[in-house]
Amino acid sequence: MANFSKSNVPQFSVEVYQNEFLPEGGREVNAIVTVASTGGGTIGAPFTTATTAPSYIPGQPPSAAVVIMVDCSGSMDYPPTKMRNARDATAAAIDTLRDGVAFAVVGGTHIAREVYPGNGRLATADSQTRTQAKEALRKLSAGGGTAIGTWLRLTDRLLGAADVPIRHGILLTDGRNEHESPEDLRSALTACAGRFTCDARGVGTDWEVKEVTSIASALLGTADIVADPANLAADFTQMMENAMGKEVADVALRLWTPVGVEIKFVKQVAPTVEELTDRRTEAGPRAGDYPTGSWGDESRDYHVCVQVPEAGVGQEMLAARVSLIVPDREGGAPQVLSQGLVRAVWTDDMAASTSINPQVAHYTGQAELAQVIQQGLDARKSGDADGATAKLGRAVQLAAASGNADTAKLLAKVVDVVDEATGTVRLKAKVAEADEMTLETRSTKTVRVKK
Amino acid sequence: MSQTHQPAACPGCEEPLETGDLYCGACGYDLSAVPEPPLDHPTIEMASPVATASDPQLPYAVRTDEPVTADEYPPPVSASLDRGHPHPAPDPRAAEPDPDTHVARPPAPGAKVCVACRAGRVDDDGYCENCGHAQPRERDHMEQELGSVSAVSDRGLRHHRNEDSFALSSTALPDGSPAVVAIVCDGVSSATRPDEASAAAAAAANEALLAALPQGTHPQQAMHDAILSAAEAVNSLAAEPGQAHRDEPHRHQNAPACTLVGAVSAGGLLVVGWVGDSRAYWVPDDRATAPARLTEDDSWAAQMVAARLMSEADAYADERAHAITGWLGADAYELDPHTASFKPDRSGVVVVCTDGLWNYAEAAEEMARVTPADAAERPLHSAQVLVGHALDGGGHDNVTVAVLPFAVEQQGAGSAYN
Repeated sequence: MANFSKSNVPQFSVEVYQNEFLPEGGREVNAIVTVASTGGGTIGAPFTTATTAPSYIPGQPPSAAVVIMVDCSGSMDYPPTKMRNARDATAAAIDTLRDGVAFAVVGGTHIAREVYPGNGRLATADSQTRTQAKEALRKLSAGGGTAIGTWLRLTDRLLGAADVPIRHGILLTDGRNEHESPEDLRSALTACAGRFTCDARGVGTDWEVKEVTSIASALLGTADIVADPANLAADFTQMMENAMGKEVADVALRLWTPVGVEIKFVKQVAPTVEELTDRRTEAGPRAGDYPTGSWGDESRDYHVCVQVPEAGVGQEMLAARVSLIVPDREGGAPQVLSQGLVRAVWTDDMAASTSINPQVAHYTGQAELAQVIQQGLDARKSGDADGATAKLGRAVQLAAASGNADTAKLLAKVVDVVDEATGTVRLKAKVAEADEMTLETRSTKTVRVKK
Repeated sequence: MSQTHQPAACPGCEEPLETGDLYCGACGYDLSAVPEPPLDHPTIEMASPVATASDPQLPYAVRTDEPVTADEYPPPVSASLDRGHPHPAPDPRAAEPDPDTHVARPPAPGAKVCVACRAGRVDDDGYCENCGHAQPRERDHMEQELGSVSAVSDRGLRHHRNEDSFALSSTALPDGSPAVVAIVCDGVSSATRPDEASAAAAAAANEALLAALPQGTHPQQAMHDAILSAAEAVNSLAAEPGQAHRDEPHRHQNAPACTLVGAVSAGGLLVVGWVGDSRAYWVPDDRATAPARLTEDDSWAAQMVAARLMSEADAYADERAHAITGWLGADAYELDPHTASFKPDRSGVVVVCTDGLWNYAEAAEEMARVTPADAAERPLHSAQVLVGHALDGGGHDNVTVAVLPFAVEQQGAGSAYN
């Protein structure tokens, strides 16, 4: 059924969860800011029904542009099914493109090559261009090295030519970024950040987790592992549906703080943990913007922690104002989509000031969970069995306590769980490489507070 | 008696002031903090901004654009309202030039300026755009004068908002004689949305009395019914999903609750009604005669004293003293509205107050001592003085005081109402 209750203009809501009460002398204020946008994208829905996708009106210029980057390095032929599966997955993603969306396919080796449509242009999706694109995919063959930075720079050039709000990339790699220096990739990421968003996928187990996650992180997309190439098509379809659901691009979380208030950190904590503190760009007096990329029909949570100046009991102040802003395309003042207030109230009521907000407690635990998994796996790789056991044990305990069942399952493939409540575990002697990489890639996935 | 200077307009927000105002009606600015100008100077000097601004002690320049009019009343003893610190406390950083304030939008003339740092504008949410301080809210300090009855409510010095509320009204009995009503409610801090509870209870009780008294319902019965309708109003708040549920999770389990005390002067009768530990005191005009407390608290301390388990002094010194055993709210065990009817043989005033006041004047004699001698003539002034007494004592709680004069006709009939 089509959902007629949703408007085509996305509505953003900001909700703040915090315990605003501080004891005398208390200075640290923590808040979870839940941002939800509804009415924009409709993930899943428009593709199974006959309704027109909300943002595409026939005759109007397309509102989105997508470039698919397919790894065509020599390793994609070992086994040969990998290249075939990548072709099939790209074809499935192209089938998921909405009519009117601008798109292109880039083949990536140690250089980037336009596969379709070529000549530095983007094609506009319709039944004809989709067929032509799939035709062009057949010519894809494996051979050459891997220099992901060049793929990203070509994608940036292609997307930059399109005058559309939503610019997105989908990147598939099967190996390490061996044919350029890490600095080259970093500078490409810096050049592309804020210009388009990008999901990154590693296929097989010969790629570097930190490389793929850093691409997704810098370009505000998702990262995941597709260990079995046979699952690529489903994953690509899902990713493209997600991209098609995006309605508003370049949304930023703006944080305003009063004089004397120091920002300790700003993190996205759901659906994944993403540190944002250092990604601030100043936006006027005492205000800064943190990038959040593009939004469809979704909800994300942020953890904001600030330090306020001391004040006497009975005082109240605004510790931070959190707003969602989207830049004006004509270069005017940015539009404020929604906002919430983080407050501080000093009280001598101990019961009030000592209680911890359940949302804050939950996400503090989820952030620690992501961190101890990383530390545990690093320790394991460096041969520190005791350190790995302690960290992964703590991870098992946190995952169980917070109800993060997916992460708990992934952990159970790396350690033998003796008692999850106390975090007693034994390292498994043999761990499948895919399991370890899956755990590492997905370690930042969080769950929401149990209601 | 000391004379306090009063400007014609609030130094904080330029709102015109009434004579006798202790706080600005618009922004709550504490006018007792306004320094005294040299009274022996010629008028032209007093109107000059230089005269006051040159005082090195002043935290800000006071502008008196109009000549200062002489106070109609000698103001209340200024010391009694001179708080330890004006609230919200001035931000110490405000004194130093802050580099950040240069980029802040300069306060436009007429725009509200933060009472704490005096540099930032006040945003739509009631916070300073520079230092973030919450600005005084309307309920932080409320005063009302209605004919002869008056009430004052103040946030106090230790609480971040005022959870007390009051309602005053006057109507007429079927025989045309006047009936005057004063209701005071104290929100239970440990409950959700106590400020809404007290406001709802005071309004509901007041309306119930306004409806019942002109119909000839006996005032004591009317008071009983009024408490029941106040309880209903508070109970219905529990059903509404409140904003505060989310804001104050530690209070999640508690339904909104408050205490209530009311007094009605009608047809020669003085009727009081209460639930909880808010009180009414009788203070006769002739201070040679004994004052009295008219209510019995629903509190742990009162029960201890009533059961002769503790002496009054010990009971009230105990930290559990203020645990109340009766209140209005959905989670009250059983509502037991207390009412009492008195027929005073002399004139006096009824001081209807929350524990924010009586903590600092518990015994009836103490209350009589701190109540000004001319309370019957100047109830608003007296209520202000009594609030000032509580703030001087430390202002640990919200303070609300209503002063309801009760006059006994000395010459019998002959009143215009008969």
